[in-house]
Amino acid sequence: MSARNATQGFSPARVIAVLVKEFIQMRRDRFTFSIMVMVPTMQLLLFGFAINSDPRALPTAVHIADEGRYARSILAALRNSDYFDLRATAATPADAERMLNDGDVAFVITIPTDFTRDIVRGASPQLLLEADATDPAAASNAVAAFNMLTENALSDDLVGPLGKRKAPPAFTAVVHRLYNPDGITHYNIVPGLIGVILTMTMVMVTAMAMTRERERGTFENLLAMPVHPFEVMLGKIIPYIVVGYVQVTLVLLGARYIFHVPMLGSLLLLGSAIGVFIAANLALGFTFSTIARNQLQAMQMTVFFLLPSILLSGFMFPFRGMPHWAQAISEILPNTHFQRVVRGILLKGNGFAEIWPNIWPLLLFLGAIGTLAMLRYRRTLD
Amino acid sequence: MNNATPGTAFAIDVRGLKKRFGKKIAVDGVDIQVPEGEVWGFLGPNGSGKTTTIRMLCGLLRPDAGEGTCIGYDVLREPEKIKREVGYMTQKFSYWEDLSIRENLDFVARVYGLDNRKQRVQDTLKRLGLSERQNQLAGELSGGWKQRMALAACMLHEPRLLLLDEPTAGVDPQARRDFWEEIHLLSREGLTVLVTTHYMDEAERCDKIVYISAGRVVTRGTVREVIEQSGLVTFVIGGPDVRRFIPQLEGAPGVEHVAFFGALLHVSGYDRNLLSAALAPLKNISGLEISETAPSLEDVFIDLQRPRRQAA
Ligand SMILES: Nc1ncnc2c1ncn2[C@@H]1O[C@H](COP(=O)(O)OP(=O)(O)O)[C@@H](O)[C@H]1O
Ligand SMILES: [Mg+2]
Repeated sequence: MSARNATQGFSPARVIAVLVKEFIQMRRDRFTFSIMVMVPTMQLLLFGFAINSDPRALPTAVHIADEGRYARSILAALRNSDYFDLRATAATPADAERMLNDGDVAFVITIPTDFTRDIVRGASPQLLLEADATDPAAASNAVAAFNMLTENALSDDLVGPLGKRKAPPAFTAVVHRLYNPDGITHYNIVPGLIGVILTMTMVMVTAMAMTRERERGTFENLLAMPVHPFEVMLGKIIPYIVVGYVQVTLVLLGARYIFHVPMLGSLLLLGSAIGVFIAANLALGFTFSTIARNQLQAMQMTVFFLLPSILLSGFMFPFRGMPHWAQAISEILPNTHFQRVVRGILLKGNGFAEIWPNIWPLLLFLGAIGTLAMLRYRRTLD
Repeated sequence: MNNATPGTAFAIDVRGLKKRFGKKIAVDGVDIQVPEGEVWGFLGPNGSGKTTTIRMLCGLLRPDAGEGTCIGYDVLREPEKIKREVGYMTQKFSYWEDLSIRENLDFVARVYGLDNRKQRVQDTLKRLGLSERQNQLAGELSGGWKQRMALAACMLHEPRLLLLDEPTAGVDPQARRDFWEEIHLLSREGLTVLVTTHYMDEAERCDKIVYISAGRVVTRGTVREVIEQSGLVTFVIGGPDVRRFIPQLEGAPGVEHVAFFGALLHVSGYDRNLLSAALAPLKNISGLEISETAPSLEDVFIDLQRPRRQAA
């Protein structure tokens, strides 16, 4: 019959057919649509404001065993910093320890005897920061600030021959606590949110998409039509890629204008990397939807995947602080690689060469999961 | 209009179709040969395997055994080709309820890669009287309109064979009549139709019927043939309050079943003498009229649905 287009292979027209249908359905489904806008907004506000991983004005005690001018400069610098609230002076080291132990203070800073004299002599005395490490994440910024500040505190004082003395430094700042190399900051969290939000919504929405067809009985109709699984997958995924970019834009705008996150790298590069990441998540969601029998199961599978994606990806806890088995798991998760990519591009100004080691695992994941989805997609009702 | 592939006089020609789900055998060796251009009724009680058979015909389920062709394509090897030229209307409404009638048809037209899409959709809407409702969401339609929309959607691509699974369940009589008029019109245009139904009047509108029970074909042929093959003898009893005789007749020897419809009591069995004997006590009661008639299709089906019946 002349009406029929005889193409057997891949047909862009059929992809468009599915695409148009999905867009119409998405437009009518106010609830899902509002979820997809609400989730990034809520998360941005929650993680950005409410969950303050960068607390300031932490109670601090000082134990001062030197009254010299350099000791005074250090104290002045500490007072000027937002991070430390110098609220107590410890008479003895034992006193200081008790305060830390009782939780009266979060830090004890000790300026040793002969601090000033040793600097003048070039003996590089030690400035000690003892931190309450029970909440290492909370303290990490203060620790970082301590390192910075002690380095700069004496720059005005050390003029003449002492200032020229590049190495060894005038004194060393010693921090006693578990070192947290990734130091979670505000800047880290907000870009990282992009990965979490995309994982959450993209996987969930596609996982539901096919399951919904099955639950409503429209799947049988879809199967009875001459449309290839790959065409269905593309048609269902593309609309959500658009949605994903809308979410990303929301978060990036928030990052820029509310949280003033630096954006050092190329946004075009970031956009492309996000495309790969979104596709990987959508393919996974599609695979879930070929396995789940109903929307509840699809939801549960999404949550099951989401938890490690949040906890193990380096978003919440520093990757290098995790045991090896957890690191091995997280290397499989797209979000782990994406966290490195997004932070690399925004915060470190990484280019393509630097992010490639984290892009190819995403592509590999996409290829493998996409193939699995195609294999799982049954062309019959069996 | 009908461009039959040379050498195939049958639109459906399958033998020994079998399908099991776990331990349950849903379809157990079904043979169906439907000549092109005919309208066949596919009947049987719920769970007898009609839907499963139809799904195997259009490539939605893979038969465990059996072979054959559907519109000239092998049911095992060429399901994708079959899908292209068959219109399948599912038992449960399976179009998208959050799309309008028109959007549903547009989707179907795109998927089948139809040329002049807009025109075709327009024509089909008009043909089935859906033009005025084209922008209504499918989910908001009543049963009759849904069914009409589903028919429009599954004939949009000009299939050569229509497989309709209980298309008129839950539809009012006028809508059913309209529906059958459309079916006969399509059939005159050369389309072959296999339709499942539970309605006797619809079965009587078919060229032939196939009746299955527990996955096996029990009887087939024209309505007349099916009635003759049944070997059933039926008496009707008319009169005031005849239903009170049901209990005493049901247990009587020679009485296979008793049914009340059309204000008459239908008493059927296989042995005329035994039946007469069973009815004898009623002959003296005044006001009752007892006479033998040709069994109706309904009598035959009631009989076929009785569990102990075996294949003829
Ligand atoms: N997907 C399936 N899985 C398991 N059993 C099924 C499935 N589909 C149908 N059946 C069973 O097969 C039998 C035939 O069902 P079906 O073909 O739907 O009958 P009908 O359409 O004549 O009412 C029923 O007992 C039904 O429960
Ligand atoms: Mg059925």
